[in-house]
Amino acid sequence: MISSLKDKRPLSPHLQIYKIQITSLLSILHRITGIVLFGGSILWTFWLLALATGPDHYKTMQDFMLHPVGLIILLGWSFSFFYHLCNGIRHLMWDCGLGYDLTTVRRTGWLVVFSSFFLTLLTCVLGYLCKEIWS
Amino acid sequence: MKYETPLHEAQSLGSAKTGVQHWMAQRVSAIALIPLGVWFIAFFTIFLTAPFEAAEQWLSSEWSVAFAILLTLCLFYHGYLGMRTIWEDYVPHESSRWSLIIATKLLCALMAIVAVVSILQVFLS
Repeated sequence: MISSLKDKRPLSPHLQIYKIQITSLLSILHRITGIVLFGGSILWTFWLLALATGPDHYKTMQDFMLHPVGLIILLGWSFSFFYHLCNGIRHLMWDCGLGYDLTTVRRTGWLVVFSSFFLTLLTCVLGYLCKEIWS
Repeated sequence: MKYETPLHEAQSLGSAKTGVQHWMAQRVSAIALIPLGVWFIAFFTIFLTAPFEAAEQWLSSEWSVAFAILLTLCLFYHGYLGMRTIWEDYVPHESSRWSLIIATKLLCALMAIVAVVSILQVFLS
């Protein structure tokens, strides 16, 4: 009897019925960037392994990372890092019970977006300058 | 035939079991990763285009090695906790979920060990 009653209950609106808002978008982006960073940490291990196994492997790894495809991966990795860092600080702030009202949530959200783009750009500039110095 | 009342069945499900430790560990490793992560991205960007000898020399200082090992351990621990949360949230099939969690744990352990051994090998050579 209980199961037949359950079948007649209306379902709550599913995910795709909602309009995307800055809050929900940033929330899912935190998870997506987390997955990207998980992949990035495997790249870190491979880089260390290449460094430990000698100049030839190191060179192969470096050529891969400086290849256009590698650079796109690195760009995505650094953006994901800065986004996850800034939004992570926002999450830690919430854990302390701060900044819960809607205006502050939206404001800190946009702050996270702008700072991650800015810091990614800064990293690109640093990488380019260092390339000039090493060569 | 089940003798459990619906309330009793519901009480054994859901959270409020051992979640606090996971929650706390995720926060503590996240806080540790703020300075370690900033250090990492700065140095990785600098040494990305460096010749082999320069990168090798970077990992021959005690400070770099200590930071690199700390970063590696915190990174894979935090990564495991995060990926576990994702599997728990999006994989409803129980045995697939547990297989993915265990596979992630083993992968993280392997990656962390390979990274630390490589760091020490560069440092000691």
